[in-house]
Amino acid sequence: MRKFDTKVQHLKYKVLREVARQAWNDTLLENVLEIPKMIVSGKVPTMRCCVYKERAILGERVKMAMGGNKDNPNVIEVIDIACDECPAAGYEVTESCRGCLAHRCEDVCKRGAISFDQNHVAHIDKSKCVECGQCAKVCPFSAIVNRKRPCQNACKVKAISINDDNAAAINNDKCTSCGACVYQCPFGAITDKSYILDAISLLKQKEQGVKVYAIVAPSISSQFTYAKLGQVIKGLKELGFHAVVEAALGADMVALAESKELVEKGFLTSSCCPAFVSYIKSDFPELAEHISHNFSPMAAISKYIKETTENAKTVFIGPCTAKKAEVQSDKVKPYVDAVLTFEELQALFDSRDFDITTLEEDVLDNASYFGRIFARCGGLADAVTQAIKEQGIEDFELKAVSCDGIEECRMALLRKSKNALDANFIEGMACIGGCIGGAGCLTHGEKNKAEVDKYGREAMEKSILDAVSVLK
Amino acid sequence: MIVQVCVGSSCHIRGSDEIVTLFQNAISEHKLENDVTLVGSFCIGKCSPNGVSVQIDDEVLVGVNRQSFNELFNEKVLGVIKSERE
Repeated sequence: MRKFDTKVQHLKYKVLREVARQAWNDTLLENVLEIPKMIVSGKVPTMRCCVYKERAILGERVKMAMGGNKDNPNVIEVIDIACDECPAAGYEVTESCRGCLAHRCEDVCKRGAISFDQNHVAHIDKSKCVECGQCAKVCPFSAIVNRKRPCQNACKVKAISINDDNAAAINNDKCTSCGACVYQCPFGAITDKSYILDAISLLKQKEQGVKVYAIVAPSISSQFTYAKLGQVIKGLKELGFHAVVEAALGADMVALAESKELVEKGFLTSSCCPAFVSYIKSDFPELAEHISHNFSPMAAISKYIKETTENAKTVFIGPCTAKKAEVQSDKVKPYVDAVLTFEELQALFDSRDFDITTLEEDVLDNASYFGRIFARCGGLADAVTQAIKEQGIEDFELKAVSCDGIEECRMALLRKSKNALDANFIEGMACIGGCIGGAGCLTHGEKNKAEVDKYGREAMEKSILDAVSVLK
Repeated sequence: MIVQVCVGSSCHIRGSDEIVTLFQNAISEHKLENDVTLVGSFCIGKCSPNGVSVQIDDEVLVGVNRQSFNELFNEKVLGVIKSERE
């Protein structure tokens, strides 16, 4: 059964699994330097020029699996020696240019950057070109290609540049830790730091009376598709988690609080997506006052658990790399002890050699339909609409704009900053599709949204107020 | 007195919200708001197919349902508070 989208993810998983395995056995310290050789044994390279380079890079991956560079505050890091220094020339004419008569490329170029040599072959004048890509779109031979690096292409907030050594470099002031570059880099040279060791060390304290709660994001419904959701929940308990609670119940709490704050203030931008919040703070500081003051669903439910339970520790498990950054903030730090991605959970299961498909099914039911659909773009706005209705607020008309991906977020924020936005609520999701498009997902597929909606409909509680009524 | 009603998944689908409502009503009926703190708890660790788990101070009671609620409330909550007052 195929577990991942790409072989880069699979490689990262193998490193995480081995690090976790050694940690469970208390042998990590003595074996840490051997892990690269365990993964690449023999003498025939399969990924790079030689096994020695492969192992050197794996050494760096082991470091990332163990929490990465402590001096770098960003949870996303570039592994310099893994960066293949891809060509970064932008749009270029290739040998496929046949020197045709139509010259669509020339006609479409508003900058006059295209000229032709004596063989009628097109050339792009880089001093005039603005990399708009129109010429590539109209060429009937697809002869014009974009040689932009995949990482730079993925990073819509333009936080990635090229350093003096020709490797990718991340500007931490701009980076939102969304992980788009992590997922897109074909060489796996950009990766998220893992806190899998923190989670294991918490789980090991079970015998000392520590209760570790797994807070799972609703997007889990589109993951681990080779098993049943109930088996994943059972697997979490087998790993040593005391209980599994839906982050979606936190989402129900947020929907209620968010709707109240919105009615009070008249305009709000959502605070569920940490990458969106971070983007507003860095690129639209003048709009930061409109960011909802509510906790994210993860933080809201974790806070509740910590305040009502002695000796409770919380581990959030989701699709998101930016959540790893969110829990470093002073506001959230006291409530969430570690963040894992679905990739890391898969590694954790396999580090104990659990075949979750053989486990009996446990149950997961805390939240309402509306809390659960937060996992996909539009869900938050639907939930706020519902929360306004359920609370009987009548003299307020919600005009929400749901932004699918950080580029749409940018457009909405730009309009708002120019007072040209006809909306009073911006739901911002940095990843395309919402959380189901997160970089920490095992797989990304077209069916994911339908899976989330299906999971939402399976919730026992149909209204937000019913779901949160147990918390009073 | 602290009354924790389990609102974890297993108890939730067996009617936590109903037990919470029964507690809320009984507490207000007997005017015990100052004596009893009602809180939710995610998994008391004693999941039972017969009903909801409830922890009253240090004692865990499993399988609480609509039928057994009144007897439990009278004995473990009302009874204890009355004897403390005497």
